[in-house]
Amino acid sequence: MFSLLNIRIGFFLAKRQIRRSNIWTTVLIIFVMFFTFLNLVVVTGILVGLIQGAIDAVRTHYTSDVIISTLNNKTYIENSPEIMSVVNLLPEVQSVTARYLEGGTIEANYKTRTNDKEKPNTAVASMTGIDPVAENNVTDLSRFIVEGEYLNSQDYDQVLLGAYLVEKYLPIDSPGFSTLRNIAPGVKIRMNVHGVEREVTVKGIIKAKVDEISMRVFMVDSQLRSIIGRNDYNVDEIAIKLKPGVNPSIIRDILKQNGIERVAKVQTYTDAQPKFIKDMVDTFALLGNMLSSIGLVVASITIFIVIFINAITRRKFIGILKGIGINKRAIEISYILQSFFYAFCGSVIGIVVLYFVLQPFIATHPIDFPFSDGILVAPVSGTLFRIGLLMITTIIAGFIPARLIVRKNTLDSILGRN
Amino acid sequence: MIEVKNLKKSFKDGESITEVLKGINFVVKSGEFIAIMGRSGAGKSTFLYQMSLLDEPTEGDIFIDKKNMNLLTVDEKTYFRLSQLGYVFQDYALLPEMNALENVALPLLMQDMSEEKAYKEATEALIKVGLEKRLHNLPSQLSGGEQQRVSIARAIAHEPQILFADEPTANLDNESSRIIMDIFKELHSGGQTIIMITHEVEYSKFAERIIHLDDGRITKDQSMKK
Repeated sequence: MFSLLNIRIGFFLAKRQIRRSNIWTTVLIIFVMFFTFLNLVVVTGILVGLIQGAIDAVRTHYTSDVIISTLNNKTYIENSPEIMSVVNLLPEVQSVTARYLEGGTIEANYKTRTNDKEKPNTAVASMTGIDPVAENNVTDLSRFIVEGEYLNSQDYDQVLLGAYLVEKYLPIDSPGFSTLRNIAPGVKIRMNVHGVEREVTVKGIIKAKVDEISMRVFMVDSQLRSIIGRNDYNVDEIAIKLKPGVNPSIIRDILKQNGIERVAKVQTYTDAQPKFIKDMVDTFALLGNMLSSIGLVVASITIFIVIFINAITRRKFIGILKGIGINKRAIEISYILQSFFYAFCGSVIGIVVLYFVLQPFIATHPIDFPFSDGILVAPVSGTLFRIGLLMITTIIAGFIPARLIVRKNTLDSILGRN
Repeated sequence: MIEVKNLKKSFKDGESITEVLKGINFVVKSGEFIAIMGRSGAGKSTFLYQMSLLDEPTEGDIFIDKKNMNLLTVDEKTYFRLSQLGYVFQDYALLPEMNALENVALPLLMQDMSEEKAYKEATEALIKVGLEKRLHNLPSQLSGGEQQRVSIARAIAHEPQILFADEPTANLDNESSRIIMDIFKELHSGGQTIIMITHEVEYSKFAERIIHLDDGRITKDQSMKK
């Protein structure tokens, strides 16, 4: 069927048909193909990007590239100062931050409560002691301040409250979960950690789409150490930011080889992802593919109709071509090439718009989903696969109607008989 | 060159069957110019379509150069039409998206001729019909007579054994018709076998043999040779 001669003649016919067809019809078909391409790539890309945005945010603003955390049967990381020394010696490390964590409660209305029957306005929170400068270098925490100011190393009895602990930002009241009312920078609250109470001032409110930030209370590490009586400098989390291009797995393995694994969990940001996150990525990708396949079917039908109408209206000329001895395969190939042309143009425009407009734009202006800043995930390999899929579908959708018409009796086609 | 034996063609329309050709026997010699005449519905066009392999007879055989055309496959018939036969249709049957040169070159390209050679021979064919100044015009930019001359150029460019013409002057004014018939006359004088359907007695006189068809049968086979 696909002899060189037939392809050559098919190309000759297709080129002339496209060149002399109505420009607006051609533009419209290419427009449909372009949107089909976007539907194929962008819908899946945004659905995956919705989760990927959350994953990236957790990496950038919480775990960083490598995270060292407590073993399940320990309350803190033993020999933390030595571990920090090892980490700081690694040339691939850009910056590092250590965190002290302790569970506790915070109370807002302890000053205004007049009797014991009045319910205290409390919230359960994870108290996090940080070196404000080091933390900011690793996680850029200060960018999430929505009210008040970020901590500095000299702050005394001052805290940053995660927005999900403040009613104003999370106005829900369900059994077992409560938030603090009437909170603003400058307001005093009471902390209770293992029975030790401390009155602190809210210096700022911090809001991010990473729960580990928005559900915590941050204070200067020395302050929390004094509250929990941790004088050995053993911490609970160490987040390590690597220099650009460094593979986190390599650093994880180096740290493990240094024996850190015996006293702490050493994980890359991907290791630290819960399994359900990975399942969600797969689920959203599947969902995206399902939605895209509907688009693919619509595009196929569109091309089918376009080529069918084109072939039907040109039935007489197809008959003439056959009559003067043009091989029917060459005629079919001409329609295949026309379909290919439409799909190719749509895909090329789609690639330009995707990689030079949409992806850079969404990267700088992420889509504001409630739980993540959605990005557009469109790896080149996946995009090429989808283009291939679009081409094949379009070619089949163009070939079938052409074949239906070309197979009709030559004389009937010339004379317009049914 | 062509031998038609007991050629029958009938059309089925539901239960009824219409017999259009009722057993025609006919021989065409190489180099003959034959005009087929007859009233409307006599079966002239159907006869031409069978001989030119555009349609399948219901019964009977057509031999071209002693080769039984009924034995050819669809693809072989297509190739035979491409390489051995030429067609001039009543309504010119040009491809609207191609200019005159491309219309003529297309069958040559299909014969695996190089583009350069195909365009050269197409140009020569168009010059032969007096259209050297209209090579790059689309059919829509040509008059009816010019379109028919492009159609003739396309039919003769590959030097076919037999040229079939189905009322080539039917849609043309007198002047254009005369030009077309002069071209046929010249082709014939060069040895081209031509089988032409015409209604017009005036143009049938260009032929050396006139076949009269009536009710699906040849009623008269008249030689015009002097």
